[in-house]
Amino acid sequence: MPAATRYLGKPLKRKEDPRLIQGLAHYVDDIVLPGLHHVAILRSPYAHAQIRSVDVSKAQAAPGVVLALTGADIRGSIGAVPCAAQIPDMKAAPRPVLAHDRVRFVGEGVAVVVATDRYAARDALDLIEVEYEPLTPVVNPEKAIEKGSPVLFDGHKDNIAYRWELEGGDLKAAFKKADKVIKQRIVNQRLIPTAMETRGVVAEYKPGERQLTVWSSTQIPHLLRTQIAAMLDVPEHSVRVITPEVGGGFGSKLNVYAEEALAGYLAMRLGKPVKWIETRRENFQATIHGRDQIDDVEVAFKRDGTILGLRIHVIADLGAYYQLLTPLIPTLTGLMASGCYKIPAIRTEITGVLTNKMATDAYRGAGRPEATYLVERTVDLVAAELKKDPAEVRRKNFPKLEDFPYATPTGVIYDSANYPRSLDLALKLSGYKKLRQEQAKARKQGRCVGIGLSTYVEICAMGPSSAMPAGGWESATVRVEPSGMVNIMTGASPHGQGQETSFAQLGAEILGLEPGDVNVIHGDTSIVPYGIGTFGSRATAVGGTAVYKSLMKLREKLAALAGFLIGEDPGKLVFADMKIFSKAQPKKSIPFGEVVAAAYTAKKLPPNMEPGLDATTFFEPTNFTFPFGAHVCVVEIDTETGDVKLLKYVAVDDCGNVLNPLLVDGQVHGGIVQAFGQAMLEEAVYDEQGQLITGELMDYAIPRAADMPWMETDRTVTPSPVNPLGVKGVGEAGTIGATPALANAVADALSVFGVRHVDMPFKRERIWKLMQRVRAPLGARQNKGSRRSK
Amino acid sequence: MSAEIQVRVNGKSYETQVEPRLLLVDYLRDVLGLTGTHVGCETSICGACTVLLDGKAVKSCTVLAVQASGSEVTTIEGLSALAPANGNGLHPVQEGFWEKHGLQCGFCTPGMILASVELLRTNASPSQTEIRHALSGNLCRCTGYQHIVQAVEYAAKKMKSRKR
Repeated sequence: MPAATRYLGKPLKRKEDPRLIQGLAHYVDDIVLPGLHHVAILRSPYAHAQIRSVDVSKAQAAPGVVLALTGADIRGSIGAVPCAAQIPDMKAAPRPVLAHDRVRFVGEGVAVVVATDRYAARDALDLIEVEYEPLTPVVNPEKAIEKGSPVLFDGHKDNIAYRWELEGGDLKAAFKKADKVIKQRIVNQRLIPTAMETRGVVAEYKPGERQLTVWSSTQIPHLLRTQIAAMLDVPEHSVRVITPEVGGGFGSKLNVYAEEALAGYLAMRLGKPVKWIETRRENFQATIHGRDQIDDVEVAFKRDGTILGLRIHVIADLGAYYQLLTPLIPTLTGLMASGCYKIPAIRTEITGVLTNKMATDAYRGAGRPEATYLVERTVDLVAAELKKDPAEVRRKNFPKLEDFPYATPTGVIYDSANYPRSLDLALKLSGYKKLRQEQAKARKQGRCVGIGLSTYVEICAMGPSSAMPAGGWESATVRVEPSGMVNIMTGASPHGQGQETSFAQLGAEILGLEPGDVNVIHGDTSIVPYGIGTFGSRATAVGGTAVYKSLMKLREKLAALAGFLIGEDPGKLVFADMKIFSKAQPKKSIPFGEVVAAAYTAKKLPPNMEPGLDATTFFEPTNFTFPFGAHVCVVEIDTETGDVKLLKYVAVDDCGNVLNPLLVDGQVHGGIVQAFGQAMLEEAVYDEQGQLITGELMDYAIPRAADMPWMETDRTVTPSPVNPLGVKGVGEAGTIGATPALANAVADALSVFGVRHVDMPFKRERIWKLMQRVRAPLGARQNKGSRRSK
Repeated sequence: MSAEIQVRVNGKSYETQVEPRLLLVDYLRDVLGLTGTHVGCETSICGACTVLLDGKAVKSCTVLAVQASGSEVTTIEGLSALAPANGNGLHPVQEGFWEKHGLQCGFCTPGMILASVELLRTNASPSQTEIRHALSGNLCRCTGYQHIVQAVEYAAKKMKSRKR
């Protein structure tokens, strides 16, 4: 990071906000084109059924309808939904854009209607007749892999999508040396990402130009363009993807969906622009879900709290088909199974299972919250077993500062960290000692109070291309326009994270301008060079570094030109206040705009200098980054009702250097509250028939403003050596760090009832029933986490 | 079948023939082209579609356009006209959201802002608890609400100082 900090590290308010707070921004549904038609999709009410017949004739004849098609009608015209992840010996599970012979989850599309208005399109869906022959649904992933279970795909002998394992260190020796071994089943329930804007697509085809333009609410415009071209079998340069304002993603829009190709197909077939806007019910049924792992953990440890080994078996419910990264996500759990601890031996076995549900895929954290959750719960189980303070057990197992870069037995190399520092700060800010005293007092009064800790590390800035299916670099073009105004074109496609502001800060800092002079363009494949996108906390660490490098290239050229014009060594020039001047003799100066004009008018350039001011970088990181932190919280459980109240939350996060602290706070707050959602409220529930019974916001609760107390946040700063900005990424820290802190607090509170572990979400009924069960015979002290509350 | 409605939106009068089932939010967005009001759930849970109907915050995804006939509607696009002139063309609540980083993706923001306006109309100095309670009909998935609470506090302070 540059030493001068006129704008970097400052809490500048966002450049993107004026349009958003005045209702002047454009999300997909706000785009209106002349002759726009509307698309509605009929979806399967069955989790598993054979399609006997689909009759769209009545729909086709309905007022306003221009086209009604079945899955059979489009079969062969559009390629299957793509999956970029490859795991050895993985079974195929290709999803057709519309089902034509068999449906495998509730919400799978079977027919499509295009009409002149939205209401007419939806009306016509009711006129489509589908004859289904229901098949036995496969819902429970453990039963799905038993012998005799119905199988989702003909030609598969069972529902096991793949088995994956990763082992490092001498596990046998670790368990042999151990004083104690604990086993625990820890369930990470299925979640629904619930971006406030559902998905949506507008597509327009211009036959003369052979140009298909697709506006989509996506996190990955360029990858989407490549995939749409492949699915529709058209040349990639005939497809343009534009990502307008995106109303939240959280991983759910890091994907290529059936509807994105279908809309393109319909626009081409009809020669008319079409729009498809997902309803919330469709969003719950047919946009990816997250998590859904059953983790059986075995931990070997010494009496002093030293953890020697971990054995983890994961059953990952993948759903019926693979979306873009579905099979890959659980493997990230294996990769991060060491947590922020020096554990000599770890073995993770994953069984990926196909069931009659929507696919799971990347949801904020994507495999890493699952890892952190199981490791952090396990550390607390060790502490509880040894009757030691959980903070001390953590401290005992941290790698030492001189261990960094630290290579885990799972094969990743943690770039830089200071775990004790963040833990110390979190303990200090929360008044941890006093909290424990107050807890003891409260317990004497019969109150059920719990304190939860979590110390986490995450893997971010995805990442080196060797580890990423479609490459892990990012692009940036910076162009100083003839007037001196700057355009930054970034392949990262932010959707709320605020890079229009932080990248402008970077540009202003390096070129000596005002942030208002720097414009950030993203999300248009015709304007922005090919890029990877925004996910995996990579936009700043990878995308921002590409911007930085392009800025430095331009700065070098501008310095050479300015030096030539004012007769000064380019290495001795300063860029500030819209001027370029000599450090030694500040009066030897030239306005920034004059240098830029000279570069474009090209009348007087140094020998061998090209005209123009444009630089592009494709930045390839050498490693991931590993942000970390420590969270502390306090909960109180109402012993009469089972209601869990969050009383206090303290988060200390270390995401390396910070470009804009306001944006970092926003990411941390939002992540903690999403973690609160998983811990307390959220669970995607499919019944025995594979019906999604949490299919609306009425049945799937996400956190509200009144659920949360004031969150106290602070930071430590350990720059990353992986990129020149020293940044690490912070988008997923909250969901990774906070979920286990909350769960550990609840388990701590319930320990007085003899409860060792309880699975999320901590809804009143679950907690209340648990208290009733263990309260009566206090001998029953072991609770094995059950998958579903009964 | 259609019905005629007369409605004032952001100070302008409209007379329109509409289907009786047309939702107010679709009328605002599709007929009048006021796309600042968003649809997030269609079940009146999320509050993204919140507008002011005769000064009161309502969820326009569960109001029919015909029910709004004879009424005055204020959407996010017309909000600044309600505020005392302040130079930047923003209502103090809008200003608060900008100053305090009360938004990220911005999708819930118009509804969140209008619900906050309604709160400050009835309670000029709300406590944090009151703000959180008043905004519980509006969901935000990005911000974790903390900066939103601060944005409303900022607006309350600003509006009081202007009244003096």
